[in-house]
Amino acid sequence: MMRSPRLALYITMATFVLAFLIGGSQYPTMFSSRVVANLLTDNAFLGLTAVGMTFVILSGGIDLSVGSVIAFSGVFLAVILRETGIHPLVAFALLLMITTAFGGAMGSIIHYLEMPPFIVTLAGMFLMRGLAYVLSTDSVPITHPFYDTIQDVVWKAPGGGRFRLIGGIMILAYIVAMLVLHRTRFGRNVYALGGSSATARLMGVPIARTTITVYAIGGGLAGLAGIVYSIYTSAGYSLATVGVELDAIAAVVIGGTLLTGGSGYVAGTFFGILIMGLIQTYIVFDGTLSSWWTKIVIGGLLFAFIMLQKALGWATTRGRRPASDSATQS
Amino acid sequence: MRDQPKPVLRARGIDKFFAGAIALDKVDLTLYPGEVHALLGENGAGKSTLIKSLTGAYHRDGGTIELDGTEINPRGPVESQKHGIGTVYQEVNLLENMSVSDNLFLGWQPVKRGMLDHRQMHRRTREILKGYGLDIDPTQLLSSYSIAIQQVVAIARAVELSGKVLILDEPTASLDREEIELVFSVVRNLTARGMAVVFITHFLDQVFEISDRATVLRNGCVVGTRKLSDVSQGDIVELMLGHHLEATKRKASHASPGDTILSLKGYGKRGMIAPFDLELRKGEVVGLAGLLGSGRTETCKVIFGVVSADHGRAELRGQPIRLNSPRIALEKRFGLCPEDRKTDGIVGDLSVRENIILSLQARQGWTRPLKRSRINQIVDEYVKALDIRLASPNMPIRLLSGGNQQKALLARWLATEPDILILDEPTRGIDVGAHAEIISLIERLREQGMALIVASSEMEELVAYSSRVLVLRDRRQVRELGGEEITTERIVKSISQGESAA
Repeated sequence: MMRSPRLALYITMATFVLAFLIGGSQYPTMFSSRVVANLLTDNAFLGLTAVGMTFVILSGGIDLSVGSVIAFSGVFLAVILRETGIHPLVAFALLLMITTAFGGAMGSIIHYLEMPPFIVTLAGMFLMRGLAYVLSTDSVPITHPFYDTIQDVVWKAPGGGRFRLIGGIMILAYIVAMLVLHRTRFGRNVYALGGSSATARLMGVPIARTTITVYAIGGGLAGLAGIVYSIYTSAGYSLATVGVELDAIAAVVIGGTLLTGGSGYVAGTFFGILIMGLIQTYIVFDGTLSSWWTKIVIGGLLFAFIMLQKALGWATTRGRRPASDSATQS
Repeated sequence: MRDQPKPVLRARGIDKFFAGAIALDKVDLTLYPGEVHALLGENGAGKSTLIKSLTGAYHRDGGTIELDGTEINPRGPVESQKHGIGTVYQEVNLLENMSVSDNLFLGWQPVKRGMLDHRQMHRRTREILKGYGLDIDPTQLLSSYSIAIQQVVAIARAVELSGKVLILDEPTASLDREEIELVFSVVRNLTARGMAVVFITHFLDQVFEISDRATVLRNGCVVGTRKLSDVSQGDIVELMLGHHLEATKRKASHASPGDTILSLKGYGKRGMIAPFDLELRKGEVVGLAGLLGSGRTETCKVIFGVVSADHGRAELRGQPIRLNSPRIALEKRFGLCPEDRKTDGIVGDLSVRENIILSLQARQGWTRPLKRSRINQIVDEYVKALDIRLASPNMPIRLLSGGNQQKALLARWLATEPDILILDEPTRGIDVGAHAEIISLIERLREQGMALIVASSEMEELVAYSSRVLVLRDRRQVRELGGEEITTERIVKSISQGESAA
């Protein structure tokens, strides 16, 4: 665990820049504001999910339910807007309350019943997917005029790029998350919890509150991702976003965060998302490659980054040895 | 000593029961400002229980705690810290994944306009640690500093957050001499500022070096509180044990050893231990002496094959062998009792019985399980022979005290009836009584014809049981001492001469 988390972040950033340069050198049109804008728009829901996932993983946990929560959110919004006359903003607020409370409930079970997060959120995953099916098994289109209004909020950049609201929401979420994680006591408590929960408890960290809040944030951001996804697709479908939780975890790990918790940066996750989006864009530009190559490349990248973390950990423990007194404990 | 000042902490009649057993029986403890008060006793005497009852980690069943004359009832370490009682534990309880200033300020960070003020935090960390004689970069990860520095940061945090009483629970157990100096100078500094410090340790030398008074516990009762300027180490040991312990003397009768069983020539591993020679005969104990980090543990590991050697030849009873995995060593009837019993030795959640039987079963292979009756017979035999004190062999081994865990580990290897037994720091962190028992056990095993290699940082102990002593320095064998040469002075001299040569 002795490693420089900052170095991992820089390597992720360098990887992104390198990938962008390689892509751009083959397809010069990749250096356009259009590509950048689409990168943000297409990955907005995944990016939001990954912010929540970063909180959870930093605290030493995992949240497998987020993909199902997104699908549930889409169906919930589509059905409620079709069946009732309430304003979408009210529906959004209602949904965010439900998913935040759902995340908080999972956090409470994890903390008070001392259950492994993997199992609890796996149950949450099935529960939410099931609830989405109960609401509707078909894809439900959303035709509310407010959705059209949101979709029309576009900032046209020079070069033809169309920056949409949902991309902005994602970027805002990253900025807020950075401030919360690094500039608030709660944020430092998340890192402390991920370092060692027993030690954090002895140091006076409110374990229960922190754990529950972390999963509530995860649930809330998954709900927000669901809203963004429903704006992005103008529909709600219970079979949508299967496996998104795994994409989010991959982005967090590629971003340099340790899966065991306590070390990493939310900025890294942002670049993790961009790298994954960039691979997809490259494959679209190429045109001849199957889209499954995205998965293969991400698999390779993940493997490379895990190896890198191992190497960094190894390098830094070696580096400490001469100055240290733990020399006999090789 | 100073009777005039008012006590800062006065605990009276503290009782604590565990499932009907009495853990603390009407214990009194009085602390005066500016004193270092040692809390002594064998493992299981109730030192930890007393501390936990004082800080509220345990709910006490009776008695009162007064801090500065007002009664307090802390319900946990965090609350007692708010009252002014801070605790630092043996295993540094800080977060290695966070920066030094994060660790010092976690939970009470300076806030400016709703956001943490990192700049002020780093500046104050630097100032506070300067007061402890440390000039380190507070933005670096805690893990990039040595255990001693981490220990000082832990003390600084406890002092900043409490300020009246500081409890140090074995703070020096994993430090070497220079680092202990660092911690002690910090402690002296604090008492000069009027803090009361409770110091728990097994090292009596250190107690006499730094403490003013000592309270001795035995079986949950206070058997005495003494001014240390008035008593000798022997008096304190007598109080702890309830009887006088004979000073460990070198046994004159070292019977002539038998045939050579293991012969290593030019054996070594790059980066761990320089090539060394070793002839091990039946019925002798070879001691490994040296400072912390001199290569004692590495030597043990190379011989047992935990790391495989890249130089030299090994012969077992005249036959060349390759010792490159513990499995092979186990098959050839080697045993290794590692230094760090918590991480390398015991399996905490398994029962004492399972822990004792582990190696024997491993050598047999899982396809041939030992019979239940045979297991019980072996376990009963060793529990009795080694006087392992336990409620039942079915209890998880992590509930045993350090000394009893160590004996159970020894039992594990003795059960495999090894020809060669390697013990790495067999007496570390255990109490005086168990200490003497383990030493006499080593001697018994030698007399039975076993060949032993024992690494230890305690010279007196090595002198007591070794037939020969190998002196190590900077991961290199510098000297072999035998017979009359084996005295504490000679060992120390060999170590320091080696140092001057470098």
